[in-house]
Amino acid sequence: MRTRDAKKRSRDFREVALGLTERQALKEARRCLQCKKPMCVEGCPVEINIPAFIAAIRNTDFPGALNVIRQYNMLPAVCGRVCPQENQCQSRCILGKKKAPIAIGALERFAADYEARKGLSERPVKIRPNGHKVAVIGSGPAGLTAAADLAKMGYDITIFEALHEAGGVLLYGIPEFRLPKKIIKREIEYVKSLGVKILLNWVVGKTQTIEELFREGFRAVFIGVGAGSPRYMSIPGENLNNVYFASEFLTRVNLMKAEQFPRYDTPVKKARKVAVIGGGNVAMDSARTALRLGAEKVFIVYRRSGDEMPSRQEEVEHAKKEGIIFKFLTNPKEIIGDERGYVKAIRCDRMVLCEPDTSGRRRPECSGEEFILDVDQVIMAIGQTSNPILVRSIEGLKLWGAGYIEVDENGASNIPGIFAGGDISTGAATVISAMGAGKRAARAIHDFIAKPK
Amino acid sequence: MYKILKKETVAPQVEAMIIDAPYIARHHQAGNFVVLRIDEKGERIPLTIADADSEKGTITLLFQKIGKTTEKLGTLKPGTAIRDIAGPLGHATPILQYGHCVLVGGGIGSATLYPILKALNKKNNRVTVILGARTSDLLVWGDRFKALSDEVLFTTDDGSSGLKGLVTGALKDVMDKSEVKIVIAVGPIRMMQAVAELTKPYNIKTLVSLNPVMVEGTGMCGACRVTVGGKTRFACIEGPEFDAHEVDFHVLADRLEFYREEEQESMKLFKKKKCKRNCKK
Repeated sequence: MRTRDAKKRSRDFREVALGLTERQALKEARRCLQCKKPMCVEGCPVEINIPAFIAAIRNTDFPGALNVIRQYNMLPAVCGRVCPQENQCQSRCILGKKKAPIAIGALERFAADYEARKGLSERPVKIRPNGHKVAVIGSGPAGLTAAADLAKMGYDITIFEALHEAGGVLLYGIPEFRLPKKIIKREIEYVKSLGVKILLNWVVGKTQTIEELFREGFRAVFIGVGAGSPRYMSIPGENLNNVYFASEFLTRVNLMKAEQFPRYDTPVKKARKVAVIGGGNVAMDSARTALRLGAEKVFIVYRRSGDEMPSRQEEVEHAKKEGIIFKFLTNPKEIIGDERGYVKAIRCDRMVLCEPDTSGRRRPECSGEEFILDVDQVIMAIGQTSNPILVRSIEGLKLWGAGYIEVDENGASNIPGIFAGGDISTGAATVISAMGAGKRAARAIHDFIAKPK
Repeated sequence: MYKILKKETVAPQVEAMIIDAPYIARHHQAGNFVVLRIDEKGERIPLTIADADSEKGTITLLFQKIGKTTEKLGTLKPGTAIRDIAGPLGHATPILQYGHCVLVGGGIGSATLYPILKALNKKNNRVTVILGARTSDLLVWGDRFKALSDEVLFTTDDGSSGLKGLVTGALKDVMDKSEVKIVIAVGPIRMMQAVAELTKPYNIKTLVSLNPVMVEGTGMCGACRVTVGGKTRFACIEGPEFDAHEVDFHVLADRLEFYREEEQESMKLFKKKKCKRNCKK
């Protein structure tokens, strides 16, 4: 896929990947073998009928292609951009055995963007209201998907969102240059067009309890609140000024538009030399955001080697081209501050890789050698964990690990009527797996209400 | 949108605002706060809920105009609305039958203490309130506290009202005379730190309500982290009240300074714009 020039794009927030032209899309779609037993579909967590939508593109029926996708996936423009297709649909493509697999993600994005560009809107789905109210908590990928699927079945859906805008992690987590906000807004408008209501500033567990929702007549509740609470290393100096947790840094920019301070009221500190700790997508997003805010040097500091990085390869490539410097086998053990309480350096251990650990990746161990990296800002991007506000407010709810909701394969918790899906039940994962969980829970909620045992 | 029903200046630069927010009012407990955003371009700031009426569905916010957001909030008139208010957030103050309780407030800190006083009264505690300020004008809600407490002591730096001196002087007297079971202090960092240092040798349980910078206020960003007992804690979901003897006030003070430059820039710009508007009229 075409991308904007690395030098230019690394100084602004406009989208990096440009998408396919009509001609490119047609050419790519014609390569598809239209397999009788399509493996790609098996690789898709929401089982989109991929050959069917590609066939529609081949016939230049672009709106038709989008209609096919929307039967399975409410957020095509989002998924076309942020899904790790290389590990899912595209990894199963037969063509991939000899040459490049079909660029399914790029085609999905093309179909969604075509509609946005041409302003065509899908014929409204005919919905027969069944009068049952269902509450969806959280407006991220899991919640939006569950809400849309249930609304199509005729349920009266209200989404309760804690922040002042809907979208969840798509909005506060993923930067504009990877997923433009107007695309999220558009997808949410579509979900609203199905009759879904969204209440903002509504912190369920605080503004209202789940019990009250049931008393107000909601027959079931789907919890899709994500794993939004930042993890930290508990090393000395973590609370110095100019140490950010990635979630704060990204929220300031993505949600509060701090890059436009003082036009917007929320500030973010711009630094000269930035160290981002971590090797996932959030680390890449933070590093590239710091660069766009004007940093001269941005380091990714990761304790294993490049091969073990959990981030998408595409994002690593983009980051490298933009000039992000990768410091592998490096583990920070202390953040050093100046007399005013500001970061001035990090003390790191040089690591070596040993035998694989439980994650299957080679485990890093200290080599005994340490060094100091001069930086004036540190961003911690070492993962997220569950947020206690809601889950701890529900008496008797069965949890696992660090406070994730225990559910069965359909998203049902141990309490009848309470369902959950996405990061709050699995721990931090992908947008599409959260959507898959939302879909399964929607079906299970329908069964729960329509076919009581 | 959250409609402003009433606004009143209660001290120089200090406003009280009654806002229509029925769900927040109904669930409010002493110690809770809200996060608000005035408009589309606004920042999210935390403000203590100074009072709530669950029947009328209103909350009262008390704020000092010290930055752009609070200045702008102060310009809003009854009948207009605040775009976003989320709450009630934070842990509730632990309210037990303690015996003799002392509430110590500095300046606007009384906003946090008022609901705590009401709740302590319900549990039949004996409550002494000590309110301090630089000068008598800056004592906030003195009459309201008088109406509900067993004893109210005022202290001012200049002696214009009550005792001349700091709240710690008055607190020491009270602790020397009576068996105090708990002290809850809310105000400027230096005041809270002084109270913590004073009560420690007496071995009296002491809580302080911390006011770090917050962004979303629901435990998702970590902006509000503070160091308590050597550990990182999130004030928004684990506080805002913490054991005063465990709080690292230096870290808190440093972190509160972090955006000082930006705050000043924002404020300057706001005043310039406001001035321009006024000149046009």
